[in-house]
Amino acid sequence: MKINLKNNEVAVRENRLGSITAYNGSIKDFAEKSGCAGCGDKKRCFSQSSMCNNMCAIGQLFSIYDAAIVQHGPSGCAAIAMGAFMNDLLVKAVGKKPKEHSAYTCTDMQESDTVFGAIENLKDVIVETYNRYKPKAIFVAASCVSGVIGEDMESVIDDLKDIVPVPIAPVHCEGFKTQIWASGFDAAFHAVLKYIVKPAQKKTNKVNVINFAGGTSWNSRADVTRLLAVMGVEPTFLLSTSTIEELEHLSEAVATVSTCGTLSSYLGNGLEQEFGVPFIRSLQPHGIKGYEDWALKLAKELGKEEEVKAYLAEERRIYLPQIEEFTKKLKGKRAMIAMGPSYSQNYARILQEFGMVVEHVTSWHMDDLYDDGTVPHALQYQMDNAENDYTFSVNDLQNYEFVNILKKLNPDVFITRHPAGMIVWSMKLGIPAYNVRDEYTSFGYVGTLRFAKALYYTVTNKSFTDNLAKHVKLPYNEWWYHQPADAFFVD
Amino acid sequence: MTKILDEPRYVCALGALQTVEAIYKAIPVVHAGPGCTAKVSIGGRSGYLGTQTVPCTNVGETEVVFGGEEKLHDVIENSLKVMDGDIFIVLSGCTTEIVGDDIDNVVGTFKDSEKPVLSVPTAGFKGTNIEGHEWVVDAIIDQYLSKRYFGEKIKGLVNIWGPVPSYDPHWVGNFRELENLIRELGLTPNCIFGEYRGIDNINLVPRAKYNLLVAPWVGLGNVKNLKEKFGTPYLHYPTLPIGAHETSLFLRTVGKEFNVDSNLVEELITRKEKEYYYYIERSCSFFFENRASSKMFSTVASADYALSLSRFFVNDMGLVPSKQYITEGVPEEHYDRIRQYFKEFNYEIEAEVVFSNDGYQIHQQIENDDYAGTPLILGSIYEKKLASKLNGTFLCVSTPYAERVVIHSSYVGYHGGLKLLEDLYTSVFQKFN
Ligand code: SF4
Repeated sequence: MKINLKNNEVAVRENRLGSITAYNGSIKDFAEKSGCAGCGDKKRCFSQSSMCNNMCAIGQLFSIYDAAIVQHGPSGCAAIAMGAFMNDLLVKAVGKKPKEHSAYTCTDMQESDTVFGAIENLKDVIVETYNRYKPKAIFVAASCVSGVIGEDMESVIDDLKDIVPVPIAPVHCEGFKTQIWASGFDAAFHAVLKYIVKPAQKKTNKVNVINFAGGTSWNSRADVTRLLAVMGVEPTFLLSTSTIEELEHLSEAVATVSTCGTLSSYLGNGLEQEFGVPFIRSLQPHGIKGYEDWALKLAKELGKEEEVKAYLAEERRIYLPQIEEFTKKLKGKRAMIAMGPSYSQNYARILQEFGMVVEHVTSWHMDDLYDDGTVPHALQYQMDNAENDYTFSVNDLQNYEFVNILKKLNPDVFITRHPAGMIVWSMKLGIPAYNVRDEYTSFGYVGTLRFAKALYYTVTNKSFTDNLAKHVKLPYNEWWYHQPADAFFVD
Repeated sequence: MTKILDEPRYVCALGALQTVEAIYKAIPVVHAGPGCTAKVSIGGRSGYLGTQTVPCTNVGETEVVFGGEEKLHDVIENSLKVMDGDIFIVLSGCTTEIVGDDIDNVVGTFKDSEKPVLSVPTAGFKGTNIEGHEWVVDAIIDQYLSKRYFGEKIKGLVNIWGPVPSYDPHWVGNFRELENLIRELGLTPNCIFGEYRGIDNINLVPRAKYNLLVAPWVGLGNVKNLKEKFGTPYLHYPTLPIGAHETSLFLRTVGKEFNVDSNLVEELITRKEKEYYYYIERSCSFFFENRASSKMFSTVASADYALSLSRFFVNDMGLVPSKQYITEGVPEEHYDRIRQYFKEFNYEIEAEVVFSNDGYQIHQQIENDDYAGTPLILGSIYEKKLASKLNGTFLCVSTPYAERVVIHSSYVGYHGGLKLLEDLYTSVFQKFN
């Protein structure tokens, strides 16, 4: 097994899951070469700024309601603390009072710290952070600088155990260690599993729902809660808005599900392996097939298949005719997708359900096998079922690569998810685009209907895109568009 | 003493990449970790460039162990092929400087390339994004402008410096309005940041007759450098002119310093003040009713906004300052001079200045102070909840600025003052609905 909580840190995805960040081919080629392992990874001799694991790790831990973060690094690494209050809407939506302070501090490393180390100041900052905000746990995040100068982050735990009466959890998310920011999810969840989760005392009727901080746009979390109620269980949404106390009891849940395969591999499998909480392996709940597979596999685990089938039948009766009305209009429209590995494959399937033609999929990285040794479900589905052999590429937010592909393909619509600004590059080319920012955009039948409508309206009124494209230019030389997208791959 | 950064209000020196992005068709090439660009892009918008199109070496384990010079060389070389830019500026981050990459040497190999390639060491542990801003401008002066002759001085041409791009939420509009004010005086403004201002504007910098710096401290090094290199005299006007009082003073000072006919200046001021007070007169009935209005205020902001807003609220609006908190990590050498600026209000009013980046302590002080009623807090997003806790009035003016969207507006000038009052009294109104 790839999960070992005795270790201080978890290996990065390149080494643990055989993940890659560079590939250019087609879905069938990818399948024939048996995925990442067969295709191998490549490097680039030209690249654009990506994201780091530290952002992902802290992004997750920061959203825990009553924990504090201490960033051990220079001020820039703590910049996401500035987004502190973007979570307040969700916090209010779940009936909690937004925090007065973000409880996210930084050791603000200076030049001399890089020479002499700054563990003493780190300890002081941890103590001060505790005294100010009385959090229920403190996550101490590594940075490139702390990693390069070799700071012993574990040493603070022992030194402070009599002074700070709550768990102190080092998080090994040094940015340079991986090109795959999703490794940061694993680093965060390793810290949660190792330092926070306690062995089960009893079983509850909770289901762990591993998700991002979405669900506010259309109150989708209520949809999840309604579905789970049919099975007589209740969701614990992780990690955003959760409390340390809730996290301590994750081991007592009856199952774990997730909205994203990329996000959940380590935590879902870790909870199963270490605490015996069944991890539901299914398509993710986006679009019709994904939702049904997700709901029914969970129902099977809980012995509630009949109840859920009846519930789904009723929902189908209401929504399928409405969805059909819009998919008729979308049929045959050509699309390109660029998203994270799990979402991109799930959204390819949704577009296929709509009768659209998936022309190209770009994934920000690709995992070969998840922590339990399984091929990502949504990818397997595409490798088995994709009707057309669409072109497929893997790049870690390399804008120049997918813009090159986009310009050559000139699809009817471009669909992406994050970073939020990604769609503008398509619109600047005159190609309408839709940004699936809320992770629950296509959750269930109701979400699928919403998404179908939104897509239809996106391709129907292209005015903004037309206007924008007429007035702006992308920052690339014409030369670039005549090169193959993988021109800068090197072995 | 514990060195703690709690609720950060600035980022590291690499944040200067936003200064580069503010120059049209200038391309930053970042030699740093994969997450640095995204993190320090606090404005986070897409313009000609955006976070996701910035060339970056995404330094990983290999470069940390074996050095990243080769990677940097490749990325610069290919940036020149792929990116449609006029000037390329390499910015280095923490890791590459610690592992000792010889960045100047790598950049030196591009000295004969068609497009200029410069480099600025902006390791995060060396300073703030505000200092980094100044280093970028110095690099342009030292590594590009000083290397060739760009032509004679042009009569009436004034370079404008001051607002820090993206860090000042209104920077584009503020530059535009400063340009307009200079134009109204019959002079010709030149600015290298903002609306399609790019290499042509950079090339004009040495040809200007004057440099005008409108900021309390950042940029002083640049205008001194320009004086040394090109003999251009500079005027340091510390306050962004907001509203009638300051803008009129600004026009008089600039006019006198840059030899503009004083009759023209006075005529302009009379006309502008008359217009301004038309709008003030028809709105002021609700400015001072005591359910909503404040008598005392604090700014919790970068020095430029702290000073400019203080002067507006004291000298234009007749309020009294409580403590003013300056939060962007101002280098200590500027402390005394900045303190002095806060002793020069109308009616010999003075304000106490606190230099601190510790939001927790600042909030404690504000909570302990008496504001003779509703406090007016002009701060960053961190002060929003504090203000509502104190039943205060709040306006977000400083980074982090996650409160309102700025597309085009500015607080500079006569119009800027009115815009500020619109924003402020909108937020007062909204308290009641
Ligand atoms: S220095 Fe490293 S940890 Fe910090 S933002 Fe950059 S890549 Fe991420």
